[in-house]
Order: sequence, then structure tokens, then C-alpha cells
Amino acid sequence: MHTSLFITCYNDTLFPETGRAVVRLLERLGVSLDFKPKQTCCGQMHANTGFRAEAFSQAKRFVRLYQDAESVVIPSSSCVAMIRDQYPGLFQELGNQELRDQFAALLPRVYELSEFLIDKLGVEDVGASFPHRVTYHASCHGVRALHLGDRPYRLLSKVRGLAQMPLANTDRCCGFGGTFSIKNAEVSSAMMATKLQDIVATGAEYCTALDNSCLMHLGGAIHRQYASIKTIHLAEILATTEAEGAIA
Amino acid sequence: MSNTPTSHPILDPALAPTFPVAALNVLRNPQLRLNVAHATDIIQAKRGRLVAEKKDWQQLRTAASGIRAHVLENLGAYLEKFEERCTAAGGVVHWAADAAEARQIILEILQEEKASEVIKIKTMTSAEIQLNPFLEAAGIKAFETDLAEIILQLGKDEPSHIVVPALHVNRSQVREIFARTMGLPNLSDDPHALTDAARHYLRRKFLDIPTAISGANFLVAETGSVAIVESEGNGRMCLTLPRTLITLAGIEKILPRFQDLEVMLQILARSATGERMNPYNSLWTGVTHGDGPERFHVILLDNGRSGILSRPVERQTLKCIRCAACMNACPVYRQTGGHAYGSVYPGPIGAILTPQLAQMHHAQSLPYASSLCGACYEVCPVKINIPEVLIDLRAQVTNQERRRLNRFLDPMYLGMKIANLVFARAWLFHAAQTLGRIGLRLFTGKDGWIHALPSLGSRWTMTRDLRGLPNQTFHDWYATRAKESK
Repeated sequence: MHTSLFITCYNDTLFPETGRAVVRLLERLGVSLDFKPKQTCCGQMHANTGFRAEAFSQAKRFVRLYQDAESVVIPSSSCVAMIRDQYPGLFQELGNQELRDQFAALLPRVYELSEFLIDKLGVEDVGASFPHRVTYHASCHGVRALHLGDRPYRLLSKVRGLAQMPLANTDRCCGFGGTFSIKNAEVSSAMMATKLQDIVATGAEYCTALDNSCLMHLGGAIHRQYASIKTIHLAEILATTEAEGAIA
Repeated sequence: MSNTPTSHPILDPALAPTFPVAALNVLRNPQLRLNVAHATDIIQAKRGRLVAEKKDWQQLRTAASGIRAHVLENLGAYLEKFEERCTAAGGVVHWAADAAEARQIILEILQEEKASEVIKIKTMTSAEIQLNPFLEAAGIKAFETDLAEIILQLGKDEPSHIVVPALHVNRSQVREIFARTMGLPNLSDDPHALTDAARHYLRRKFLDIPTAISGANFLVAETGSVAIVESEGNGRMCLTLPRTLITLAGIEKILPRFQDLEVMLQILARSATGERMNPYNSLWTGVTHGDGPERFHVILLDNGRSGILSRPVERQTLKCIRCAACMNACPVYRQTGGHAYGSVYPGPIGAILTPQLAQMHHAQSLPYASSLCGACYEVCPVKINIPEVLIDLRAQVTNQERRRLNRFLDPMYLGMKIANLVFARAWLFHAAQTLGRIGLRLFTGKDGWIHALPSLGSRWTMTRDLRGLPNQTFHDWYATRAKESK
């Protein structure tokens, strides 16, 4: 099995450890990976802020870059949601038929990480060990755009030593929302405070998710408040084994 | 604690402050936030239970969405059919292009009736055209008869929700308003005592005032009928006791056939109040001599709606049946309540409807008043893809910005343009990462975290830290590793 990793712009810059975890995890599962050095951004930030033409240029770039890939795996649910939900409209409005055809051919081969593991590879037990109390934050795009359902929980349930701590109001937004966290910083913070109450109440040591953008928001607030909980991308939990330890 | 729920909310999109500014008022009012969160949680839970018991809910949604979409594609023909059938049944149909025309039509009818007072059923459309202050200036006193609207009218407050307009007011605040304005100093906050006080206040009005104004939930083209659903029966009083009834309805309220009500009434009650059926469903067709009002006027209001109809993505906004499920589900509304939206239509539907009704001249901050979490779309009984419309409206706002000479002075605009240049070329992206890492070192503390940033960044660091940028990007690590393994 071969796949191409689209790491996403913010993971590349801010969370390289998530990328390293995906590489370690997939290679352990026997997947050969490639990484296209020309990749940058899926265009979500521009699209969601109202910069459609700019988002289109990045969307087009993504399709051109990956059109020959056997499959693409992306460890960010909101970027996958951007590709699935927004590319069609962008290409309908601004693209030509050739681009639309290329995209239609590529789309079924684009996977979010937990989809790739469960739907494509057919594994739930990835051989991980993470002896900690963990709560899973189901990001909005994971729940309502990708319909990930119980995939993340199934993956977590097979991790040695891991205790899942159920999160109340799990489908409620953490308040990040991309540039929403800047344009409406106060409301965003109020939403985050509500979410943090639920997270802290779980008694977990770690809060995990399939989207580092939510975790950047929650983790930043947790750090500011000296709360005793850490944020970690699900890939990093799944990459951790007894033999190899945690991702550095 | 102040007994005034809010400080004079402004629900005029042309005058209201921007959403982030208006939201601050509420965020700093713990009682108000508690009231809103408590009320929306209760309605949400009721809705959830009643939707879950309906095994064909998704089919119902599909049917409702289909009916509404079909109406919008054939709106002109259905409106004409409604006019014809309603007129044949003895109603008088008026067409109003905008709020001013609608107000004038209503005023002229009332003057013809020599009315100095009028009773009203809860109608958000009348609030949209700011009818009450207009009538008051013309010497006509409008009395609200919906319990929530009475609370707001007597408390000199404004609606914060389209189904439960006084959702932000709690019981002890209602007691205070009634005690003060009805002259009942010993009133208790027992729900029975409060409704009893309202009943006494209302009975005289129902018996004395022979003219009523209503909105409409649905207009049935096939029969020329009007439908109103409500929970209290006060609306039923307004619809049956007066001599003259004036109904104000947006042009999108049409349903093609009488039997479409079967779908719409099921889906509306469950979505709006979490009930299997609304307690009062009133349906009438024109006038019937000796039974109910003898004169019946319908005003069909456009007020920006046909403009929305002409845009393919935004058109779905008009499918809305005003159930408010979106605001009850919205995590933003849960924090801010309705007044922050500066419009009679708050919440996610308001965030898309208000700027469009204002023809994008006002309320440009509303399309951004959402984290795009999608909870609204998930609960919408007529499948309005609110996030999709929000994003499209944001693009319209950006296109307005593109024409502004000083646009590059806006750090968000400038940042977006630069980011676009950078993302178009990998080498430039990598250079920007390096520059960013070096630049941010100036702000990174000894603990490796950034606690304060200037400019737009301060909007992040006001409540959140940011981990300092790692020394090695992922693509660097990957390239190094590939080289080493060769």
C-alpha cells in the first residue's frame, strides 16, 4: 500500500510532531509514504474568511499536485472537510471542466487519518500503547462534515493501557473557527471556557482530537490557565508504542 | 443584580453596533448568559427527544426541504394563485415592496377602521418592518398579546429569539416587570400567578379592541388559506374576536397545497418547541359572515426577499420556516443570546437573513458571527446549508472590501493577500516559515510559549497562549530523513 501525505500548512509549521507520528504509524503498518515537497495549504482559511478567488488558486494547486496519487492521507479533519465540501462549489464557480473532472477522480482517494486506518487499511488495533486517561474532542468537522462516527473511539479502545474518559456535550464547538477566533475573539473565548469546563470535568490527563487547530485553541487556553491537562493529536497517541515510546 | 435584562438592545441593522461589539454587553452579563444557556438547553433536549421518536425524521426533512425549494422556484405563480383564491374567499390582498410600503398600507387600513388601538399576535415580520413605533408615532397604540411579547413590551425590551422572544428573561424578572407595570406589588413569581396576571391584563384588550394584526406561518396557495401555530391560545383570540384582521406575511411563506401542511406542521412543532403538535393550529380562508372577522387583509411583503431569490446559493435562506432550531443548537447564540445580532432575526438564520434583507449595506459583521461548526445545518428541518450561505456572504463582504482604497491598511485583508502569495509557491512558504520562526522568537518566553502578540495576534493572546514555533518544520525533518536513509 502506498499513500501520499498532505501534512497541511499549519501542521507543517506548528505541529511537526504530528507529521512525524503519522509517518511512524503508517510505516509501522506497512504503508509506504511519499511527501510532495511542493505542498502548501488547502485554502480553507481563505475560503472561510471570504477570499474565494484566493482559496480557488490553492484548491487548484492541491488537485494538480495530487491528481496522480494512489491515495492522499491528511491528519486534519477540517482540511479534509474543506476539500469535500467546498472544492466542488469553488470549481463549479471558478474552474473549468478539466479541473472538475480531475477533482472528481481524486476525491474518493482523499482520506482523513482515521478513515484511512479503518476504511482503507482495515485496522483498529495499530499496536499502540499509551497508559493514560484520555478524552476525545470530536471536532465539528470530524462529526458533522466527515461523519467520522465511532472511528476515533474504536482506534482509542485498542490502545494498550489507555482509559477513555467520556466528554460531555461532545459535539459542541470549542470556539476556534479559524479567523473567528480573531474576529470574534471574545465570543470564541466564551465558547472555549464552556468547552474547557467539560474537558477538565472528565478527569483526563490528555485531550486528543483529529484536528490540531482545535487543540491549538484549547491547548493555548489550558496553558494560559495552568490547567493540568495536555493536548495531543490522535496520531501521536497511535504512534506511541511500548518499544519506541512517545514521539519526540 | 439589575432587573433590566439588557441595556436597550438595538434591533435595527442600520443602527446596531457590530456583532463583536454588541456581544460584549452580553458576555459581561452572567445572569443573561445563564438564562439563555438554560432555556436553549431545555428546548434542545425536548427537540432531541421528539425528533428521536420519529423514525422517518430524515424523510420528513427531505420532504419539507423539497416542498420549500419547489415553492421558491415557482414563487411568482403560487403568489398569484394565493391572491386569486384569497380574494375569491373575501380577503383583500396587498403587495408591499418594502417596509415603508407595508407600514403605510397597515396605517391606511387602521385609519379607515378609525382604530386608535390594535391587538397583535406575535409576528416577527412586523418587528422586521418596525411597525409598533411607527403606529405609535401615528397615534395608534399596538398591544402585544403573546405572553413573551407582553413581557418585552411592558419591560421596554426587545425580542432575543424568534420563537421564544423573552428567552433571555427569567421568572423573577418577569415578576418584577408585571408587578411594576400592572400595579401588582404583591405578585409572586409562581407561574400560575404570573399567567393569571397576564390573563387579566389581556382579557379586557381582547374584548375591547376590534382590530388585530397577525403574521403567518404559512400561506396556502391552493386554497388561499392562512395558517398560524401557537402555544397559548392568545393568538386564536386575536384571530377570532376582532371585526378586522390584518395579516402581514413575507412572500416566501407560501405552501403549494393544503396537504403540504401535513409535513410542515409536524416538522415545525418538533423543531421549534419540541412538541408533537402545536397546541393551537389556526387555519382560515378569507371571511365567513357571522364567524370571525368580517374584514380580512393580507399584506405580502417583499422587503429584499426577491433579491435573495435571485442568487442561487443564497436562495435557500428563504426556505426558512422560522422554527429557531438553529439558534437553540448554536454554540455562539448560546453565549450571546439574540440581541447581539442587532436584528429581530438572531442566531444562525439571522446571520444569513439580516445582511441579505439589508442588501448587504448593513450587518456585514453577521456572516462572521459563526465558527462554522455546522450544528445549525444538522438540525434545520428544511436543510438550509447555513454554513455554505455564511461563507458565500463572507465572500460578498470581501468583494466589498476589494473595492476600498484603504483595504491594505486592514491587517486581516493584508494578511490574507500575503498568505495567498506565499501559499502559491512552496519556496516562498518555506521562507515565510523561517521568517515567522525568527520573528516570533522576539515574543517567545523562556518556557517556549508566546504569551502576548501585537496587532491582530493580540486578539489570540488575550485569552490563549501559543506554543513557540518548533525549530524544524515537518517538511524539513522529512527531507533530512530521506537524505539520511539513502
